[in-house]
Amino acid sequence: MAELRDLYQEVILEHSKAPRNFKKLANANHRAEGFNPLCGDRFTVYLDVEGDKVRDVSFEGSGCAISKASASMMTQIIKGKTVTETERLFETFHKFVTTQNRTESDSAELGKLAVFSGVAEFPARVKCATLAWHTLQAALEDKQEAVTTE
Amino acid sequence: MTLAAKAGLAAQATNLNSELDVQAIRAEFPILQRTVRGKPLVYLDNAATSQKPRFVLDAIARYYEEENANIHRGVHYLSERATADYENVRGRTQRFLNAAKSSEIIFVRGTTEGINLVAQTYGRTHVGSGDEVLITAMEHHSNIVPWQMLCAEKGAKLRVAPINDRGELLIEEFGALLGPRTKIAAFTHVSNALGSINAVRRMTEMAHRRHVPVLIDGAQAVPHMAVDVRAIDCDFYTFSGHKVYGPTGIGVLYGKAELLEAMPPYQGGGDMISSVTFEKTTYNKLPYKFEAGTPDIAGVIGLGAALDYVTDVGMDTIAAYEHELLEYATEKISAIPDVRLIGTAAEKAGVLSFVLDDIHPHDVGTILDQEGIAIRTGHHCSQPVMDRFGVPATARASLAIYNTREDIDALAKGIERVREVLG
Repeated sequence: MAELRDLYQEVILEHSKAPRNFKKLANANHRAEGFNPLCGDRFTVYLDVEGDKVRDVSFEGSGCAISKASASMMTQIIKGKTVTETERLFETFHKFVTTQNRTESDSAELGKLAVFSGVAEFPARVKCATLAWHTLQAALEDKQEAVTTE
Repeated sequence: MTLAAKAGLAAQATNLNSELDVQAIRAEFPILQRTVRGKPLVYLDNAATSQKPRFVLDAIARYYEEENANIHRGVHYLSERATADYENVRGRTQRFLNAAKSSEIIFVRGTTEGINLVAQTYGRTHVGSGDEVLITAMEHHSNIVPWQMLCAEKGAKLRVAPINDRGELLIEEFGALLGPRTKIAAFTHVSNALGSINAVRRMTEMAHRRHVPVLIDGAQAVPHMAVDVRAIDCDFYTFSGHKVYGPTGIGVLYGKAELLEAMPPYQGGGDMISSVTFEKTTYNKLPYKFEAGTPDIAGVIGLGAALDYVTDVGMDTIAAYEHELLEYATEKISAIPDVRLIGTAAEKAGVLSFVLDDIHPHDVGTILDQEGIAIRTGHHCSQPVMDRFGVPATARASLAIYNTREDIDALAKGIERVREVLG
């Protein structure tokens, strides 16, 4: 049971029940749709980027506890960051949820997002944790078609 | 035979009233003896694929160990043996479905290939611009997409007969959609996502009155009930071996001989020809015209063993047992607070699709998995069905002959656990 608690940490459950920045962004200048065809999770990520800076970010859609909490916490952490910082963060996050060999500095860099460490034990759920991030990346690149986790 | 299950042990106490001795059946499925995540395996994902009895596994091993050879071409002993065994399964499949002739049984990779075969041969010959193909709102993607592809190619229209909130086909609407431009009707016998059993005899009769041929997707029906293609009078019927306790990669397409005769071949290659020159090829007779290349011989042998296995247990016994278990499960699961069953048709096979509160089915699946319980979560390759019920996905428990009331109790307990974990 310890493993399940590692996956469904309190913070994750709390974010999944009351997601932050869960709305349409009226003045978004980037947006993208992300879709996990295996489980039907679907999110839209909205971005307001000025120069190199993420001024505001939000998301809408439906998904499981992991994908929703991940999206919610992603919006919190990237707000105010530069695009480059955001991309680097995704890289670290992706490594963090897919491999066991994490470093102290990874955890430090991810801050609150380190609660997703349990995901690495559940390979079937990696796509849930990364869906919002893939969608964010697509929004930054102004991809017209919905990205999928496949 | 391995079927002590049916004979000697039948007198032993069973946990249901029907004559099936489920403990003896369970003993015949090696995988059911294993544990998953330290718990006894509770396998409730049978609509995705069923487990295989020792009898089927042995038949496949015996073929490879004792008679492996290519068929229909060798003069040597092994080839003759393999050919005889392969063709013998065709005859057994004919009897299993009560088809008129063994040449009406075509071996394919599975239901999906069976449907594609008909869409690409019968469909491409008969469906033209402005014509219509009729399906239903409860179809699996494999009985939607091949017809969509055909319609896109031909400029034809895909019509969809609606279902009600219980997941039952609106049969009058189905009838009304059978029009002068309808060239084929394709529908499922049993819905994989909802469990609804369609009135296939009546639907076939309605279609035939309008001179519309019928294809039935039997993937979810064949494991659970006796199927008689001549009683239904359908023109095509297709199913997969792996859902009826056989191996993956093998399935059956039944077609009425006069239709199959008139259809062009599906794939070209060896075995489907009787003579080849660079100028002209003469196609082989039925059923070989539709079986190009070396087939899945071991798969066919395994399928034959699986059909023997269920025949021996008795299709009516299986249907009665699973029906009782479904009733037990329906009562037990729907009694759990905040569970909503998706698919509550009056006529139903052993499928329990449900959603729990606003908890996503994916989370339900992960937590049940920690208890050793295997269910399917997601859209079950039936996205239009999910849309119809306004849910992105469901959790689905689906039954087989080896499931018990204890399995259902474990599922119910597991669902309670989901709530504990997710609060």
